[in-house]
Amino acid sequence: MTVTANPSQNNQLELITATVDGVEVRVPKGTLIIRAAEQLGVQIPRFCDHPSLEPVAACRMCLVEIDGIPKPQPSCAIPLTEGMVVRTQQSSEVAAKAQEGVMEFLLLNHPLDCPVCDKGGECPLQNQAMTNGRPYSRFEEGTKRLFEKPININSEILLDRERCVSCARCTRFADEIAGDPTLELLERGAQQQVGTADDRPFESYFGGNTIQICPVGALTSATYRFRSRPFDLISHNTICEHCASGCSTRTDIRRGKIMRRLAANDPEVNEEWNCDKGRFAFTHTTLDRITTPLIRENGELRTASWPEAIEFAANGLKDKQSGVLTGGRLPQEDVYAYSRFARVALNTNNVDFRNRYASKEEADFLTHHVAANSMHVTYRDLENAEIVLLVAFEPENESPIVQLRLRKAVRKSKLKVIAIDTAAIEGYKKLNAEIILTKPGLEADALNKLVPSLNGKNVIVLVGERAATSSGLLSAVASMGKSTSAKFAWVPRRAGDRGAVEAGLLPTLLPGGKLVKDAADRAEVAAEWGVAQLPGQSGLDQVEMVKAALSGDLDAFVIGGLDVYDVSYHSDFIAALEKTFVVSLEQHYSSVTEHADVVLPVGVITERSGTFVNWEGRERSFAAAMHQSLALTDARVLHLIAEKLGVKFADQAKPSELHKSLTSLKDSSNTSTMSAVASIKVPGILLAGLRQLIDNGSLQQGEPHLAATAREAVARVSAATASANGLVDGNLVIIKSSTGQMVLPLLVSEVADETVWVPLNSDGSTPLKNLSVSIGESVQLQDGGRYVL
Amino acid sequence: MAITETTKSELRELISRYPEPRSALLPMLHLVQSVEGYVTQEGIDVCAQEVGLTTAEVSAVASFYTMFKRYPVGKHHVGVCVNSLCALKGGDSIWRRITNELGIGHDETSADGQITLERIECQAACTHAPVMTVNWEFMDDMDEAKAVTLISNLRSNKEVKSTRGPKVRTFKDVSRTIAGFDDGLVDEPGIDEAMLAGLKAAKQAGS
Amino acid sequence: MTKLVPNLTAHWDETDSYTIAGYQRHGGYSAVKKSFELGPDAVIAEVKESGLRGRGGAGFPTGMKWGFVPQGDGKPHYLVVNADESEPGACKDIPLMMANPHSLVEGVIIAAYAIRANQAFIYIRGETPHPIRRVRQAVADAYAAKLLGKNILGSGFDLEVVVHSGAGAYICGEETALLDSLEGRRGQPRLKPPFPAVAGLYASPTVVNNVETIASVPAVINNGAAWYKSFGTEKSPGIKLFAVSGDVKRPGIFEAPLGITMRELIDYAGGMVSERPVKFFVPGGSSVPLLTPEHLDVPLTYEDMAAHGTMLGTGTPMVFDTSRSVTQAVVRWIEFYKHESCGKCTPCREGTYFMVDILKRLEKGKGQISDLDLLVDISAQISGRSFCALGDAAATPVPAALKYFREEFETKLVGVK
Repeated sequence: MTVTANPSQNNQLELITATVDGVEVRVPKGTLIIRAAEQLGVQIPRFCDHPSLEPVAACRMCLVEIDGIPKPQPSCAIPLTEGMVVRTQQSSEVAAKAQEGVMEFLLLNHPLDCPVCDKGGECPLQNQAMTNGRPYSRFEEGTKRLFEKPININSEILLDRERCVSCARCTRFADEIAGDPTLELLERGAQQQVGTADDRPFESYFGGNTIQICPVGALTSATYRFRSRPFDLISHNTICEHCASGCSTRTDIRRGKIMRRLAANDPEVNEEWNCDKGRFAFTHTTLDRITTPLIRENGELRTASWPEAIEFAANGLKDKQSGVLTGGRLPQEDVYAYSRFARVALNTNNVDFRNRYASKEEADFLTHHVAANSMHVTYRDLENAEIVLLVAFEPENESPIVQLRLRKAVRKSKLKVIAIDTAAIEGYKKLNAEIILTKPGLEADALNKLVPSLNGKNVIVLVGERAATSSGLLSAVASMGKSTSAKFAWVPRRAGDRGAVEAGLLPTLLPGGKLVKDAADRAEVAAEWGVAQLPGQSGLDQVEMVKAALSGDLDAFVIGGLDVYDVSYHSDFIAALEKTFVVSLEQHYSSVTEHADVVLPVGVITERSGTFVNWEGRERSFAAAMHQSLALTDARVLHLIAEKLGVKFADQAKPSELHKSLTSLKDSSNTSTMSAVASIKVPGILLAGLRQLIDNGSLQQGEPHLAATAREAVARVSAATASANGLVDGNLVIIKSSTGQMVLPLLVSEVADETVWVPLNSDGSTPLKNLSVSIGESVQLQDGGRYVL
Repeated sequence: MAITETTKSELRELISRYPEPRSALLPMLHLVQSVEGYVTQEGIDVCAQEVGLTTAEVSAVASFYTMFKRYPVGKHHVGVCVNSLCALKGGDSIWRRITNELGIGHDETSADGQITLERIECQAACTHAPVMTVNWEFMDDMDEAKAVTLISNLRSNKEVKSTRGPKVRTFKDVSRTIAGFDDGLVDEPGIDEAMLAGLKAAKQAGS
Repeated sequence: MTKLVPNLTAHWDETDSYTIAGYQRHGGYSAVKKSFELGPDAVIAEVKESGLRGRGGAGFPTGMKWGFVPQGDGKPHYLVVNADESEPGACKDIPLMMANPHSLVEGVIIAAYAIRANQAFIYIRGETPHPIRRVRQAVADAYAAKLLGKNILGSGFDLEVVVHSGAGAYICGEETALLDSLEGRRGQPRLKPPFPAVAGLYASPTVVNNVETIASVPAVINNGAAWYKSFGTEKSPGIKLFAVSGDVKRPGIFEAPLGITMRELIDYAGGMVSERPVKFFVPGGSSVPLLTPEHLDVPLTYEDMAAHGTMLGTGTPMVFDTSRSVTQAVVRWIEFYKHESCGKCTPCREGTYFMVDILKRLEKGKGQISDLDLLVDISAQISGRSFCALGDAAATPVPAALKYFREEFETKLVGVK
């Protein structure tokens, strides 16, 4: 038998021939013995080995015999070479004995607490002790090494040191993959143990991965500890609902309840990692759910039956000027249903998915350069690029798996990262990024200045959602794409954003990248939807809808999952909701349901199937993990309202039907160009910032252990701005606008001058809500005196 | 005590001796001990800051090496070698005797704060066994009686001289020497009979 | 009787032997000049030809090690002196640095010149302040004499030397652990390849040599390879510092050609202290298997020691007379390895823990007969399975002691008086 490695993308790979357990193998040069053996179906036991981490050969569990070398060798660290003859435990007494010896040593100080250990049942130590260990212990009379147990290495992760086998997977993950060397091996010899500095926890957005890769039960999560046994769990393949990275995840359910969520292995996307938000923030699926339809009567919401509520909603929308707003959490199929519902049932192009600063320039950019432009730039492309230019996009906070992939490329393929942003946030440093500090509004100028130096190189530009706040920036990115060899991609923040673009949820855009203004496009979509025609006039965007509502030109809203405090003009927004008829499709009580006339409960992510489209444009479909749920999808609810409004679609708004329908429209790629927009200089000190990965976002509610890992909110200014405004590093700073103020600790650091950088939705720092100020708008700064913890 | 600007500038001087800042970490931690008497959290923080590491990274290093102490060391650090050769030649009985004398054990400090005791490993002075150290200066060819006198002299602040090295100073003083700052004591005698045994034998044999 | 050959120790009886004046009075630093005339490749060739082998314990040919450093690779090269002498029994480098530090500094200049290194480090064990003073002063004086720094003696060769203090970790005597330690990390050994000659300090080509090895280089250059090879045997040429400790009348440093016997060394050391005969001796530090009186006439060479199942190691014999307990000695050595195990690999970290547990039981007279076989088995599970030589060393004392003194261990079993 000859086993050949998976056919690789790169056909020029040099293959070598060697023998493992008597079987000739042909593998790419550089293949480690342990991997080649896997391809043969031979599982060499291992602990420290992990395919994504550098080999360390520390645990010595994977020793094998190699012809010509007297001592057994670690198969995790030695590549097969031409003609090498390897014997694993399957064919070598020496290897089997060596492994058995190492296993005996590992169990020496390991507690016999498998029956109460979370890892029991899915534990590599337990499993390999059975396959490669001795049947009984020779350490019966020995004194085991004991530690105080457990200790918190951060609020989310607990460590039982006596279970640790010093494989260093966790510390290597922290250092190599996450770039957060705040989890380390401490002490020496038999006392060696994993730990943190005395005064600080393990600080990482990716810490939960260490629990998953721990080959014993040493690291456990506060949320899952003692909750379940692996064999009681039913695992479902899922896709993370939080951001646009598009992670494959595994959701483990026990008796109808989510017990935990893990990263699944997807080599093209998240490899085998996810962020702590994706791992731990799932309590929202059960917390404070709206369980029945509600109708507002005499100013109060009251319970209603579905038929009553649907009829109430339909009556309120009938013959009105309406607008549809969706937010960023919905699967593509549901957004597509909104898109269809607006155009057909409400006869309007007043649709917008953006619940944040939403510019016309951005709509133009998304319409012409993002919609129907899938897989133009991929994760793999990032790894192969020479330069990645990040524009108003800090990946660690805003798309964490992009951060990990960039870091990998920086470490392994010497990728250079350049960032144009307002502040040198920590994540950039982990990418060794060259940071071009730019005052809000001047990013386009900085980009245009940089462009000549990038010409002719393999450059990828990643532009984030914050770019919409800087006039002229997105058009500058688009024009760079035309004038140079650079490829660019838009990396939105939320899981549903890119799918919403594909579903046509913009005032000028129809599904599949088709244009509202194009009669042929309209006709094609109308035909798919089984109607004679679609409204031909561009609709209003979110900002315009609010204005129109206030001036009486818009009478009703259909809103699917957003928060009015995500925009700075929330008082106008609330006034607009008060003034109009509002149909809210929601999971939880919110700032919208508070002002809604009818609230229709919809299912959470685990109760529905569908597709998220990640930033690459890659479709990430998933099935309902809780398929017994009776909760309705947004699409189904809209379908019912449409029926009441006299619109009957050919399908039943099942996700599969909607997906098929949308896919059939995705054949065109529009090649038109957006027009250039000028940048606007705003005088004074301007607000800058981003949403930190772990913050007060509504899908993170109910998870205190996760919340406690959030980075502390601080305001950052440059040294020059601090001294010009009488501010002192470490003191408090008061940030004021015409409507309010916030007080935060001040950190003088690398920030563009005349700029104050703050988190946008963290404890103590909610400028949109408190100051009614958005990025790029002016604020006043004042020293707030000493900061005492 | 706090790490002053003077110490910080000395830490930076240590960094400047190396091509890569992190290489100075061990000497820097010795210098912290010379100021604080042990490796304090503040010392770890300052080193982390100066070298550009996390405090966890510095803690990982500090806790690996036995010379770095987690708790305040007495005025003098006294070591008794209990590796095989020294132990058999009297190190064990010396250890028993002075622990009784002081009423303290391994890694403990006498109530008067004068002496911290440690069972130490081989000091590369086996030709002088049994070996003790005071603030890591050699106290060669010891026996119980000499050890008791040594301890008593140290406790009463009497002058004590290393058998191969200078007059005994304090743990902090010597930590500074080890960190790499000159103390002017290089000319204190450092050669003794054992080191000359071969040379004398050779001369006697006429080779 | 093999004659002693004082070379490095020749002038230790002069009060200023450790100063630059004392060193230069006897021709010190003339080998630097001669090396510059020869050129780096000729220096490497001469050292290769001399057969000088590493004196830190492994005995790797020095010239060959230097020859592994790639030339013209555009990377900085480093020379690192391993002065972290910590092996139980080893006490030759510390006295050498105390009494004759300039021989080391001169050797550093020549070795760095040969391997084209412009930066050298002397990594000295932290617990030895006086040798640290002496080496620091020697380096400072060499700078003052323009023997270090820019354009040394007008040769165009630049060399900076940093004297670095360790902080208490035996494992840092392992060359890759030493490099990690010198980079300000935990001193745990590195995975090889890459070997230090290719990617050592700061991932650049690096040679790590023992103090005695480097200090021996000036004499090799001055007197020539032929002179050096005239001492010792074909496979173990040259002169070595033997530090004889234990139950001899005059323990001390004896400089002699390789091939001298233990009996001769004991003789030079004045015989046994109490006229009790030798029970066992350990020729090269606790990491090599012990020998018994029947081996007193075996030449102390790399090859003869190997032929008798042990190693020359550091060449610093510890001699124990018949009043000494081999079990006690073994317990302390294993405790030492447990204390000094870096923790990186399982066999060394856990195996030493296991062995100490059993040995403690034996020490209390609570052993079982099966414990003796178990100890041998554990040693076998460590030896050749651990990450670095520390584990192999930890697996050494027990089987050797049991081989010759099993009866003594059996007196420690339960029910035996």
